[in-house]
Parts: sequence; structure tokens; C-alpha cells
Amino acid sequence: MMQRASAKSTGAYAPASAKNRAAESLRRLWKDKVTLVSLLFVLLVIFSALAAPVISPHDPTKGSITNRLKPPFWVEGGDPRFILGTDQQGRDVLSRIIWGGRVSLTVGFVCVAISGAFGTLLGLISGYFGKWVDTLIMRIVDIQSSFPGLLVALTFVMVLGPGMWNLIAALTFNGWMVHARMARSQVLSMRETTMVEAARAIGCPTSRTLFGHIFPNIISPLITTYVLEIARIIGAEATMSFLGYGIQPPQSSWGLMIGEGRVYIAQAWWLVTFPGVAIALTILCLNLVGNWVRTELDPLHRTRH
Amino acid sequence: MLRYVTLRLGYCVLVIIGVSLLVFVITHLVGNPVDIMLPLQATEEERAQLEHQLGLDRPLLVQLKEFMSGLVRLDFGLSWWQKEPALAIVLERMPATFQLVLWSFLVAGVIAIPLGIIAAYHPGSTLDRILTAAALTGICVPTFWVGLMLVTVFAVRLGWFYTSGYGTVRHMVLPVLALSIVPMGRIAQIMRFSMLDQLNKQYITTARAKGLDEKTVIFKHALKNAAPAVITTIGVDLGRMLAGISSPVEHVFAWPGFGSLILDTIQHQDFPLLQACVFVVAIIVTMINLLTDLSYGLFDPRIKY
Amino acid sequence: MNELIVVDKLVKYFPTGGGFLAGPKQYVRAVDDISFVIRKGETFGLVGESGCGKTTTGRLILRLIEPTSGKIFYNGQDITKLNEAQMRQMRRKMQLIFQDAFSSFDPRNTVFDIIAEPLRVHNLASGAELCERVAELLVTVGLEQRHAAEYPHTLSSGQKQCVGIARALSLNPEFIVADEPISAVDVSVRAQVLNLMKDLQDKFGLTYLFISHDMSVIKFLSDRVGVMYVGKLVEYAEKRELFKHPMHPYSQALLAAVPVEDPSERHERQILEGDVPSPINPPSGCRFHTRCSYAKPICAEEEPLLEDRGGGHYVACHVF
Repeated sequence: MMQRASAKSTGAYAPASAKNRAAESLRRLWKDKVTLVSLLFVLLVIFSALAAPVISPHDPTKGSITNRLKPPFWVEGGDPRFILGTDQQGRDVLSRIIWGGRVSLTVGFVCVAISGAFGTLLGLISGYFGKWVDTLIMRIVDIQSSFPGLLVALTFVMVLGPGMWNLIAALTFNGWMVHARMARSQVLSMRETTMVEAARAIGCPTSRTLFGHIFPNIISPLITTYVLEIARIIGAEATMSFLGYGIQPPQSSWGLMIGEGRVYIAQAWWLVTFPGVAIALTILCLNLVGNWVRTELDPLHRTRH
Repeated sequence: MLRYVTLRLGYCVLVIIGVSLLVFVITHLVGNPVDIMLPLQATEEERAQLEHQLGLDRPLLVQLKEFMSGLVRLDFGLSWWQKEPALAIVLERMPATFQLVLWSFLVAGVIAIPLGIIAAYHPGSTLDRILTAAALTGICVPTFWVGLMLVTVFAVRLGWFYTSGYGTVRHMVLPVLALSIVPMGRIAQIMRFSMLDQLNKQYITTARAKGLDEKTVIFKHALKNAAPAVITTIGVDLGRMLAGISSPVEHVFAWPGFGSLILDTIQHQDFPLLQACVFVVAIIVTMINLLTDLSYGLFDPRIKY
Repeated sequence: MNELIVVDKLVKYFPTGGGFLAGPKQYVRAVDDISFVIRKGETFGLVGESGCGKTTTGRLILRLIEPTSGKIFYNGQDITKLNEAQMRQMRRKMQLIFQDAFSSFDPRNTVFDIIAEPLRVHNLASGAELCERVAELLVTVGLEQRHAAEYPHTLSSGQKQCVGIARALSLNPEFIVADEPISAVDVSVRAQVLNLMKDLQDKFGLTYLFISHDMSVIKFLSDRVGVMYVGKLVEYAEKRELFKHPMHPYSQALLAAVPVEDPSERHERQILEGDVPSPINPPSGCRFHTRCSYAKPICAEEEPLLEDRGGGHYVACHVF
């Protein structure tokens, strides 16, 4: 029995050690240039958000009137000191974009961290215990999901007032449902497995089964959800800040920049264009990365699409 | 079936009432409308006077009772801002939003459905990849920014259309286009996915083997079965758009619809108007859910109510 | 007394059908009023076709599924009355070996983690002591120490089941339900696993409930054998007695299907007509009567009770 086992276990069909899997993933990533570029862009955005104080060419909050509304440097009238131009207060657009990215990413990550933790926990409980707990939680999820997020966020802001933390509260409040749904569906597929039965048979308490066995095995698809949600929240923050109900001056966020620059749209197109490009690219790349994570972690998905 | 619909309608009513109450209680407990409405240097006296005028100094339960009795008569009181019956104001604004949203979805559908079918028909081809990328981009790009970009190029630069306003077809082109981008992407995605799903099924192979021409295979068989998912998506998205998602675009183009009304309501902290808006939104949302659920039964003969 | 497990009128119905608001429309009568006894130190073999309820019975005895009604006594104690915490303590004495060992493992755990888990859960050992215990268990089931660091998917089917056995043994149980433990094991290795199980029984004084549909395996391992059909226990007796003198027509057919090595001893196969009835709507009276060549009118009307026909040989049949 022992000899046979060795031959079999070193045979060609055993590729699945963690190291091998990671190496294969990276190989596939290299071939898929689009996703590779997206991942690099996301990393760039994160990096510039973290390194903002260092890499930002100017102070985003200070500008002098003499430098007001300068176009990007390649346009006539532009100034090479201000690569993407300046805004109505003479502040450098590129610097504000870098610093704005900091705010937008912070909102995204914080919201998803909180709503993801809360939603995942509820989803785990709902899926594992079933019955009235499940029905209750899913009802709330259904009802809350059917209301458009923008409206809920606006009502929140109306009551609490605008500002970054109130916005985070609003977006977190309305962001947990998708995580709950995802976690629940994953738990449901695991709940009736022999592994869970075995855990019960040896006397595992529920908490250990749920958090020690089920959760580590379902975390992969959850990560996809987290990434996609960060993208969505960044978009939501942009919209809210544009409307004036999100980030408030003197902080800058991409959405706020567009909102402030809108008045000058006829004379200074760059105020509205570049922050928007930043938003669009960030959201798009996060989506592409999220899709890549999904196909990597779920081999079935790969063959279907 | 009738029993199911009645049950669901009852449930809808409960949700509508529940949400209205929830918003009422929260805004009255946490909100501070008086501070917003008065200039900064208002005295305590003036504040108290305004509070009394608006009826906000009465105990919450009294206000709640008054609200409830008004709710069943569909009377939300007079808007603080416009001094007209709140619900009437809302209803007056709905047609403009209907117009905008319906045209957007028409444009989106006309473009996205054929493209989705074509993409599904040639999966993995360059065309497919371009279409998939385009659809994803459409979904990821912030709608309000698309609107602003369209304005920059087509209204400011080229002068073909108006930057804002309401009245003629020329006023409508840019807002409709902007609002249609996200639905276009989503419809294309779901059409492609659905169609691909159907085309891979065995009954299609059988139909082809029988000698049916491709056109019949695609339209009479595959499309018919792929349709439910697409129709459901369109239905849900359209409903949510009516329920306030059109706000940013309406804001950009100064479109006098329900969306911009919501924004104004928030800005003016107009509680009666907010309640009327929430009420209408709740109706729209619960109705969409009900219709969607019923439509599943319509499309799938296996489902019985 | 040496009765370790006493099963008394055990019933399990699974609800099925029906919508969300309406109640279940039908019940699957998986286990329908069975009673038997398992003696200390013996191997009680439970046989029957797929769907007869033997797997459910095994799960019920361990209370991994809750009985609809009936009692289960472990060493005289009624375990159906225990709450969750008490039952968890009870589980240290009664373990389960799964048909598909691999699916019972957490794929992210190493062999060491799998075997150590019961000990960790019950806080019985830690650190060096834990390592020693796991090492001991590996030796007991015939695995090598290096296997402890491996992930189960790298092992052969026989080795996987050995890990499952090691895990079951880790808490020093008295009673083990073995649910088709070798069905998923390579044929060439089955004998080794069975021999291991027999050795373990001798060494540790274990009591087994051995569930299988394979009569030859049952013949090898069991001391007493019970035959189940569509949720009912139709016959049980000492192994030799049952194999020599099967009384219930169903048992007769089952045994006739066992391949015999000696050509001179071979006999006619009994082919049963018809399909196995559905446990949702079992036949009236004796459940076997629709396929029984000896059926009499009473068989369709009245359900036969399990009766001792002498020497501990129980049969539920009107005819024999």
C-alpha cells in the first residue's frame, strides 16, 4: 500500500500545491495583457494614494490667482509646471487628482471593510442556521436592495449632513447586502457537505465549524465581491461628491473636482475631464481585476466564459 | 395565483408604509431642517417661530399620527419650499423623467440587443472581445461624467445641442444619450450571456440537426428562451432609474424631472416633499419587484403560483 | 449487561414537496420503526440496497440526524434526550467512518490537522503531547510519519480512508459506525483496510456498526447481521445462522447473489422482479410483498412484526 501511494502521489496529476497554483496564475496573467495592465494601473493608483505627500508635484490646497485656469501643458497657454492644468483657484489639477485619489480609495476601502465584514457575517449566519433567521435576514436584504442606493445615500446625507464620514456611513449602510447574499450562497453550498457532517461528528461546536472550516473555504469568491464593491463605492462616492453631498472642500476627491469644475466647463474643459478619466479608469481596472480574480479562484468559471 | 398576487400586494403596502414611517421618524429625530432654512444669524426666537410654523415643536407621536392620517389619504401636506401639495409636485415632475428614461432605454435596447446577440454568436472572436470590453466600459464610467463630456464636445465645442434645458428634441439628445450608456452596457452583457447560454444547449443542436435555417434557430428558439432574463433586467433597471437613479444626469442637464426634484428636496430639507418622494419611490420599487416575480411565472411554465 | 446500543422504535421521516407557505406534502419514510441491539465488542453488519435506510440509521444512532421519534440507548443512557453540549461530550465515545473519506476532510487541512482536530476540539492534548498522539495514530493505521505534513488530495484512496480511521480513533471511542468504508477505496486495497479495521477492533475492543451493501464484506467482518428493506428491518441474526438459514425472502435473494468460490457450492441466483418501491409511498402490509414470490393475501394487508424464531434469529415475515 505504501509503495503504490508514493508512485501515485508524485505522479503527473498532482499539480495542486499552493506554490504551483500561484505560479500558474501568474503565467496566465502574463498572457492576458489587458488584465495585467489593469492590475498595474490599480497598483499605481494605490501607490500614488499612499505616496501622495511625496510624489505630488504641488500642494493640492494652495494655488495663486495668477495661475488660475491654466490649460494642460500641451495646449497653447499651458505651463509645464502644471501638467494637467490648474483650477479656478490656481491649484494644480494633477496634484489634486493624486490627493483626491487618496480620499476616494479611502472611502472605498473603509466602506467595503466594514460592510464586507458585517455583510459576510450575516450571510454566514443566515446560510448556516437557516429557518427563521435566514428568512428574516434575506427579507431585509431584499427590501433594502430594491431601493436605489443613490436615494438611500441622499436621504442619509440629508439627515446627517454632508462630509466624508457621513458619506462612508451612508455607503456602508447600503453596501452590506451584496456581501450577505454572496456569503450565504457559498455557505449553503457547503452546508450539506460531508466535511461539515464530519466536523459535527467529531464534536465541533458550531462556531468552529463555521469560522474554522466553512469560512476559509469560501473566502475566494468573497474576495471577488470585495474588489468589485470597492469599484462600485468609488463610483458612488464620485457621484455623491459631484452632487455636493459627499466630500466637502477643502478636501478634494475626484467627484468633487468635477462638481467644482463644472461651472467652468465652457472655458476649462480639463477641470472636468481628467478627474473623470481617473474615476472611469480606476473603476474599469478594478472591475477587470475583480473578474480576473474570479476566474482564477473558480476553475469552473474559466471554462464557461 | 390570485391569492399569491393579493398576498404580495398586501406585502407591498406594508413595505411602503414601513419605509415611509421609517424615513419620517428618522428625519424628525435626527434631522435639522430649521437650521438649513434660516440664515446663519437667525435668533433663537426666529428659530422657535419657524419650528412652530412648521409644526416641528410638537411631540413626535402627535406629528406621527398626523402624518399617518395624511398618508392614508395620500396627503403629505404642503411642501415647505414651494407651498404646494407635496404629492402633486412629485406627480407633476414624473412625466419628464418618464420621457427621459424611456427614451434612454429604447436607445440602449436598440443598440445593445443586436450587439449582444452578435457577440454571443461569435464567442471569443475579436468582435466579441471588443463588444464585451465596450459593455464593461459603459457600465463602469460614471454617468454624470459622460453627460458632462457630451456637453463639452457636442454642446460647447460643436454647438450641435444645448447644454441644458427642456422642451425640444434637441434638448433631449444629450441627456438621453448619457443616461443610456449604463443600461446599454448591462443589456448587452445580459443579452450575450443569456444567448450564449441558450446556444450551448442541446435543443439548439437538435434544431440545427433537424435542418432548420439559422434565422429560425436564433430568433424563434434561442432568443425566445434568452428573452426572460433580458426583459427582467431591463424591467428592474428601468424601474430603478425612474426611482431616482436619473438624478445626476437630470442635475447636469437641468432636466426638470423627478430626479432633480429629489436633489432639490434634499437641498431645501423639505420634509413633506421628501415623504412624498419616498412614497412614490417605494411604490415604484415594490411594483417592480412584484412584476418581476410574476414575470418569472409567465416565462417559465414550470412555475406555478 | 453487554448491550452497548439499544435502538428502540426508531423513526425518521423526511418532509418533501410543498411550497414555502404550505407545509410539506409528503414524507420520505427513510427509517420506519426499527429496533435492534448492538452488543459490546461485536460487529453488527447492516445490509440492504441503496435507499433502504441503512445510512440514515447509522446517522440517527449518532444523532447527526435527529430522529422523528424513537429512542436510542447508549450504555443504558437515553441519548435522544441530551442537549447539544451533552451530545458533543457523548461524541467522544461514538465516531463515524465515512464512505468518501476525502469529502469528509477540510481540503485546507493537512493530515496532521485532520487527525488532530478531534483532540483540539475537545481540548484533550496540545503541543508536544498532541504531536505524539498523532504520530501514534499514524503508526496504528499503517501510515508513515511523513504523511502528517501532506494534504489529503496527494494520498491514495486507501491512505485517505486510513486517515479517516485515524481521526475516528483519536478520541478513543468505544463505538464506531462505519458507513460503507471501503466502497470508495481501490479494490486491490480493500482487503488491507478491512484487515486493519479487524485488528483495531481486537486491539481496542471496539464495537462496530458496519453498513454495507456488499454481502461478502459483511460476511467477512460481522458477528451479527441485520437486513433492511425500504426503511424496515426485515431480519437479523448471528452471521453464520443468517448465511446458512436466511428466512426472509429478501434476505434469501440477497444472499443468493453473493459469489461463491467453490463451484460445487454454487446455486441458482434468485432474480427479484419489479422495482424497489418508493419510500414515500411504501406498499401496504409487508413492504416486500410486491416483489415476493411467496406472497400470500395477508402480506398485503398486515405488516409483519419482527419476531424471534429461536436462538436470537429475528424475522418479519408472515410466510416464513
